[in-house]
Formats: sequence, structure tokens, C-alpha cells
Amino acid sequence: MTAIDVAAPASDADTGARTSALGRLLVIGIPYAWMAFFFLVPFLIVVKISFSETAIAIPPYTPVFDFAVDGIAGTIAKLGELSLATYEFLTTDSLYWRSYLSSVWIAGTSTVITLAIGYPLAYGMARCPREWRPMLLMMVILPFWTSFLIRVYAWIGILSREGLLNKLLISIGLVDPAQPLVILSTTTAVYIGIVYSYLPFMVLPLYASLEKLDETLLEAAADLGCTPWRAFWQVTFPLSLPGVIAGCFLVFIPAVGEFVIPDLLGGSETLMIGKTLWTEFFNNRDWPVASAVAVILLLILVIPIVLFQNQQAKAQETGR
Amino acid sequence: MSKQAIGPIRRSFAPWDDPAAKPLIEYRGVTKRFGDFVAVENLDLKIYTREFFALLGPSGCGKTTLMRMLAGFEDPTQGDVILDGKSVVGVPPYRRPVNMMFQSYALFPHMNVEQNIGFGLKQDGMSKADIAVRVAEMLKLVKLEPFAKRKPHQLSGGQRQRVALARSLAKRPKVLLLDEPLGALDKKLRQETQFELMDLQQELGMTFLVVTHDQEEAMTVADRIAVMDKGKIIQVATPSEIYEQPNSRYVASFIGDVNMFEGKTVPTADGITRIECGALGMAIESEGSHKPAAGEAAWFAVRPEKVRLTSDAPPDAAGVNAVPGEVWDIAYLGDMSIFHVKLANGQVMTATRANISRIVDKPIGWDDKVWLSWDRNAGVVLQG
Amino acid sequence: MNKGPSWFNLTSITLGMAFLYLPIVLLVIYSFNAGRNVAIWEGWSTKWYFALWQDQQMLDAAWVTIRVGLLSASVATILGTMAAITLVRHSRFFGRSLFSGMVSAPLVLPEVILGLSLLLLFVSIGFDRGFWTMTIAHITFTMCYVAVVVQSRLVSFDRTLEEAALDLGCPPLRTFFSITLPLILPAVISGWMLAFTLSLDDLVIASFTTGPGATTLPIKIYSQVRLGVSPQINAICTIIIAVVSVGAIVASLQLKRAETERRRAEQMAAAGR
Repeated sequence: MTAIDVAAPASDADTGARTSALGRLLVIGIPYAWMAFFFLVPFLIVVKISFSETAIAIPPYTPVFDFAVDGIAGTIAKLGELSLATYEFLTTDSLYWRSYLSSVWIAGTSTVITLAIGYPLAYGMARCPREWRPMLLMMVILPFWTSFLIRVYAWIGILSREGLLNKLLISIGLVDPAQPLVILSTTTAVYIGIVYSYLPFMVLPLYASLEKLDETLLEAAADLGCTPWRAFWQVTFPLSLPGVIAGCFLVFIPAVGEFVIPDLLGGSETLMIGKTLWTEFFNNRDWPVASAVAVILLLILVIPIVLFQNQQAKAQETGR
Repeated sequence: MSKQAIGPIRRSFAPWDDPAAKPLIEYRGVTKRFGDFVAVENLDLKIYTREFFALLGPSGCGKTTLMRMLAGFEDPTQGDVILDGKSVVGVPPYRRPVNMMFQSYALFPHMNVEQNIGFGLKQDGMSKADIAVRVAEMLKLVKLEPFAKRKPHQLSGGQRQRVALARSLAKRPKVLLLDEPLGALDKKLRQETQFELMDLQQELGMTFLVVTHDQEEAMTVADRIAVMDKGKIIQVATPSEIYEQPNSRYVASFIGDVNMFEGKTVPTADGITRIECGALGMAIESEGSHKPAAGEAAWFAVRPEKVRLTSDAPPDAAGVNAVPGEVWDIAYLGDMSIFHVKLANGQVMTATRANISRIVDKPIGWDDKVWLSWDRNAGVVLQG
Repeated sequence: MNKGPSWFNLTSITLGMAFLYLPIVLLVIYSFNAGRNVAIWEGWSTKWYFALWQDQQMLDAAWVTIRVGLLSASVATILGTMAAITLVRHSRFFGRSLFSGMVSAPLVLPEVILGLSLLLLFVSIGFDRGFWTMTIAHITFTMCYVAVVVQSRLVSFDRTLEEAALDLGCPPLRTFFSITLPLILPAVISGWMLAFTLSLDDLVIASFTTGPGATTLPIKIYSQVRLGVSPQINAICTIIIAVVSVGAIVASLQLKRAETERRRAEQMAAAGR
């Protein structure tokens, strides 16, 4: 019998340990460095520029700090003279706080509507024969893969004054041809766009939690004298709450900062902060104000994001 | 080598009794902590070449940690693990001459049976032709020749177990580690496989270290058993010693069923331990090596099959090693019956009876008054 | 429980699916409209597709989009897989929570913030904006999606398989490539596909980080959409939808077939034991 040499010499053990330490360093270090440089640093720059003064130049702001010139001591000295001008400006012009409020309002309302539409859909899917479910799930996921822009665009042709919806309503005599419905370029269109675009985000977590639900629980409830309607509210709905919460966060958070939908479907009276930021940046070329808007938007979103992450972590723990 | 030749050798195989014998594996003062949890505490253990050794204990007793320290997946917090005279602490698992059969088998799902078995050989840079020869040999050993090209998921549980075994044996390791090797099999298959494992171990003349929580499995396969609890070894001995001469209440109750009586030792003649059980108005006399000092609290343990069950009081008993009771429950198992007898103090005692004849003249039934009695050498005296 | 779905469930599924698909279906149908007016049906025609073929700008944009997509998805898959391994396997290192925060933030942060911040970075380090800045931006946000997809696979990965390989003498790096990677490959591939489609779809981040000469399809479509609905845009949208849908469906059918085959083999094995 050939036996393998026992216990490799100590130096072997050392190289083994060293290569695995190096591997560990690379695996952690490379994505870490990438995210630090392309995510964290840009962020700090946004914060920094939000404290700068607007200038007509390229780039269109006067930097507050310049490490090369000031050195660390000079930078610290300048910290005291930070310009809060842009933030003061944000408070004086009602456009900004109105956009923030209306973004949160529009996102919140859309989330509720999406839940109202998504819950029956997810419930129906989860109660379908088992063979159908993968197919239905695929059908919900598929629009998520197709371009967001295209899906929003598709609604323009439907909602416009000469659009398909008006033509349909006119042809069945519900709408006077002389006065077609005006939906496009209104806030209603924005609601439709958000609900439509984010419906899969609501349905998927809902379906996941409803599908897990053990049907014998409902049988047990019925056996104990519970009507189907009460069984739904006392058994099914509470057990699907993690899905409801996850779905609502997944719709609300991105909807607050949405740009494409209000820009393409909304009108001039639709104020949303993502659109304001875009205009500030591309049209007014006011980088400090755009940065300050971004910083405040982030501050608004931090709370729901942190809540969401906590909820996810908790769900993962109990799920294991 | 034929099995007949090995039989007698095995019977006299007891290197642990030979002070000059050099252990193949030695744990020296090993402690392993995970954070605050102490998995293994200051443990010493010697295992000898060609031994079939079992680590037995409930889950969380540290037996798996002990095995993983030998495989190289954990390093001891303190102490040393020695394999064939050299410390293996700090040597990564892929440089150790031990192989492990995993509880879940851990067969690579994307490789077929052949590739799984040949995987370890490939790592050693063995030539393709040599690998093919060794794999064929292994397939023959575990009787899986027709399944060489199958993927693991196309095999039954028993077949997977064999592939896992063949894979871990292919490199001819110095020690084969088996982590709950039969845990995933159903009872009948498990019993068959136990004997196959024993035969295989003798045929190959290898050292096997098995971790199990199944006392029957350990008793069947192992030359010696280490019974563990809370990171410590309670007793290391052969299966019959463990069963007949447990060194503690823990070992006695962990292995098989046992009846325990608590009492106080009283002074007696040489070679006899006498225990007064006040609550039952009974005295116990036992012959045995263990003799606690008079006046100490002690326990007497006796196995159900060593307890006689009679309708009448044993004539020569006179309140020693005999106690009356009432039949509480009877379980008929075919080859034997188990009787639960309630004693005067409410304690329930178990006695078994082999069903030797098909028809019993005067069967003992429920609620019958019976006597339980045993011989002086039937049980053991334990402390604590 | 073997009876079919109730009328309520059927209705909610039908209405829900109609809502999801009707706009897309209408868009596809009207891309074959012979007339210019998108709301008036004037008969079938494929002329808008031919018109697309003549539109050099559109073709250039498509080519840029595909290049950015392929490159960024591939790099993002490597980085995202590493990030997933880091998050699942390494429970302790300096700044772990910062790292996990950085990886999950781009999933929920508004694109306008991501786009703006990356643009400001490129400006402040004096990096000329164009193809490369856009690719870097796409890598940054898509790698987070890859990380999530691969992470969910790694969490359920049976680590004893790796231990078995180590035990049989296979060093860690080789273990990763011969055991771990083949087994998580489906997740890695779907991570790549997700990254690719996200890159293909992205308008906001691309608009911020691109420069002259690097126009992607979404940017191109967006600039034309603002001028109103046109059948040519319908046509290009239809092509994109077709490509992405076929890709997604084929991939998921492939996965499903492998799954069914495996299950059948397992049942056979169980029966024959």
C-alpha cells in the first residue's frame, strides 16, 4: 500500500496559510476597493459640492477644499467657513420642499395602489394549481427584465389625447369626441406609470410569502369555526405581512427618487424630486444645488432604507 | 488476506493494553473553544493502528469537533494533535494523510461516481491510467461497478453511502474518519452496512475513527468506544466493558436500558459492597472491583435482562437483591417482552424476559404482584 | 384542494396579467402599423423596421449599448461574485458593515443620486466622459445585483462539499474552481444576465456618466420619445423586448428542464433502492 507522507513539514503549513490569507485579502479587497472608490468617494464629493458656491465656470462651482493647495490644516480651517448658501437657497425657494413633499406623497399613494392591485394577483397565483405557478411567476418577472423606459413609453401611446384609451372610450360612446380625457402630462399618468412599473416588485415578495403559507392552517381555521373571510384576515394576511412590508419598501423607496416616469408621463404641475434634480443639473447647470437636493433626498430615504434592511435581516433570521 | 485468518488475530487485538505500543493518533491536553463555548476540554486520547474506534455521545458533546481537528478543519485552542508521531496542528486539511466520510456524504453533484472516487487521486497528480485502476478497484470493493458513470442524484441512499466510502478510501489514508456514516440510512440497511464496514476495515487493515450518537452502531462496529459528554471523555473501553462495567451513571444510562437504585453503603466482608435502600426496605449486595467507602451515597445499576421476574418471592432472598412490585406495563416485542414494574416507592423498574417457549403455562399479566431479583454479580456500583 | 382556482383567483390573475401585458402588446402591434399616426391602424407593415436599419445613429447607439452591456456585465459578474463570497463567507473583517451597506445601497438608491455622484467623481479626477465612464458606472451598480443573486445561492451552498475537496487533498483555490464555481454557476449566469439587461435598460445613470460620442439606445430612445410617439421607436422597442424576452425565457426554461431532469432521476433512484 502506498501511504501519503504524514504531516507535511511546518513550512508547508505556513505557505498554505499564507496563500489563503492572500486569497482572502484579494477576494475581500478588490470589490471593497471598487465600491469604496466608485460609490463612497463619489458620495463624499456630492456632499462636498453641496457646500460649494455656484459659479459660472467649468466645472460650475467653486471648490471649498483643495487639498493640494490648502493641505490638511488649511482644509480644517476652511471647514469653519463652509458655505450653507445652497441649503439656505433650498429653504427659501418653495419649489424644493414642495417637490420633496409631493415625491413622498406620490410614492406613498402609488405604493398603496400597487399593494391593492398586487395582493389579489399574488394571492391568486399562490392559490393556483402547482403546475401553473412557475409559468405565472415567469410572466410576472418577464416585464421586469424588459426595459423600464420602454414600458413607460408604452403608456404614452395609450394615455395621450389621441391615444388608444381615448379612442376606445369614444368608440363605445363613454367620452365626447370633442373633449377627450386628458391623462397624459398629469399626475394621474404618473400614478399609473409608477404602479405599472413597480407592480412586479410588489407581487414577487407577496407571492413568496403567500406561497409558503401552509394550506392546512386555513383548514384548521375552518375546522375551528372560522369563516373564509375571517380566516383571511386572521390567518393569511398576518402571515403574509413580511411580504407586504418588503413589497411596500421595494416600491416606495425607488419611486420617491423616480425620474423617468414623471418626466415622460407627468406634466409641468407634477413635482418630483428626481425630476427637479435632473433639471437643476442638466438645464440650470447648478451643480451645488443639484448636489444639495441629492443629499436631502438621501436623508429622506435613509430611514425607510434602514428599516427595510432591518426587516430583511430579521426575515432571513427567522426563515433559517 | 482472508477473513478466517484475521478472526483470531482480531480477537486478541488489544494494543491499548500494551504499554509499549505506540499510538497512531494522540490528543494531548486538547481544548477547543468557539467563543465562550467550550467544545472540547483538556482531553487526552490515544488511538492505535488498525483500531476501529468510536466516539459516542449526544449531539453537542464535542465528538465531531474532535474528529474535525484530526481532519484539519479546526485547530485546537490548546494542546496538540499528533498523527504518526508528528504534530498536525496548523497543517491544512489538504495536506493531511487522513480522509473523511461526511455525514451528508458530500458527493460532488456535478461529477459522476468514477470522477468522485478519483477526485482525491487526481489531486495527488497520479497518472490517468493509475487512477483508472484504483477507481476500478474501489468500485469493486463497494460493489458499484455498474454505476460508474452515474451522477450522485441517480443513486439510492445506500449507493451514495458506498460512493462516499469508496472516495474516502481511494487515497488509502492512514486514518479513515467517518462522521455518522450510517445516519442517513434506514434501519435495515444500516444493520447490514455495519457488518460490511467491519469486514472492510479488517480486509484493508486500516484505522477507522467513527463519530456516532447511535450506541448500537458504536457497539457493533468498534473495537473501543469513547463515551463523551460536554467536551470530556467519560469512559474509554471495549463495547462489553462499557456495557457491563460502566464507570458512571452517565455511561450506564447512555448505553442501553438500566435500572438504578440509590442508597448508602454499609461496611461488609471483603469483595462485597452492600447498599441499603431505605425507601424500598431492601439491601443490595454486589461483587465488583469498585468499592466505595462505607457511609457514602452510591448507586447500583442493573440491566433489565439480568433481572429475574417471578410470581413468588425468591426463597433465599431475605430482602437482599429482591424487591416486590406490581406489573404496570407490558410490551411484547416478539423475541422478548419488556415489563415495567412499579415498586412500593413509586419507582418503575424494567425487566425483560426472552420469550423462549411459545406457550407459557402461567403468564404474568397486568397488575400482577411480582418479585424482581438478581444475582450479586449482575450489576455494578457507581458513584455520583 | 384539487379543484381548479376559484373565480376570484382567476379574475385577479387575468386582470393583473392584462394590466402587465396589454401596454406592451399594444406597443408591439402598433410597431407593425403602416401609418405614421400611432393611434390609427392603417394595416400591417414592416417598413419601420427597414427604416431602423437605415438609421445609422440608431445602429451606432445599439452597438455602443451592446459593448457597454457585455463588458460591464462580465466585470460586474466577477466583482459581484467576489462581493457575495465576502459577504457570505467572511463574517469578520474591518469595515464589514460598511461594505455590506455599500453593496446593498445601489439596489435601493435613486438612480439620479448614483448618476450624479459618479459624474462628479469623474469630473473631479479629470476623467474624460464617454464609453469608459459609462462602463465603470454600470459595473458599479450592476455588481450589487450580481452580489445579491450569487449571495442567495451561496447561503444555501453545502460547505461540506468544499471540505470534502480539501480533505481529499485539493487546495482552496483549486477547490473554488473545481467544486464551488461549477455548482453556483447557474446563479452566476443569471447574475450576468441580470447585469446585462440592467445595463441595456439604463437611462439615468448612462445620461449622467456618458460623454460625446457614446450614446446608448435608451438615451437615443429617450431623446426621441420626448418629441412624441413614433412607430420607429415602437419598432426598436419591439426588437429590444423580443431579444430580452427570448433570452429570459430560454434561460429559465433551460434551468427548469435541468431541475425536472434532476428530480426525475432522484425519484428513480429512490424507487430503485
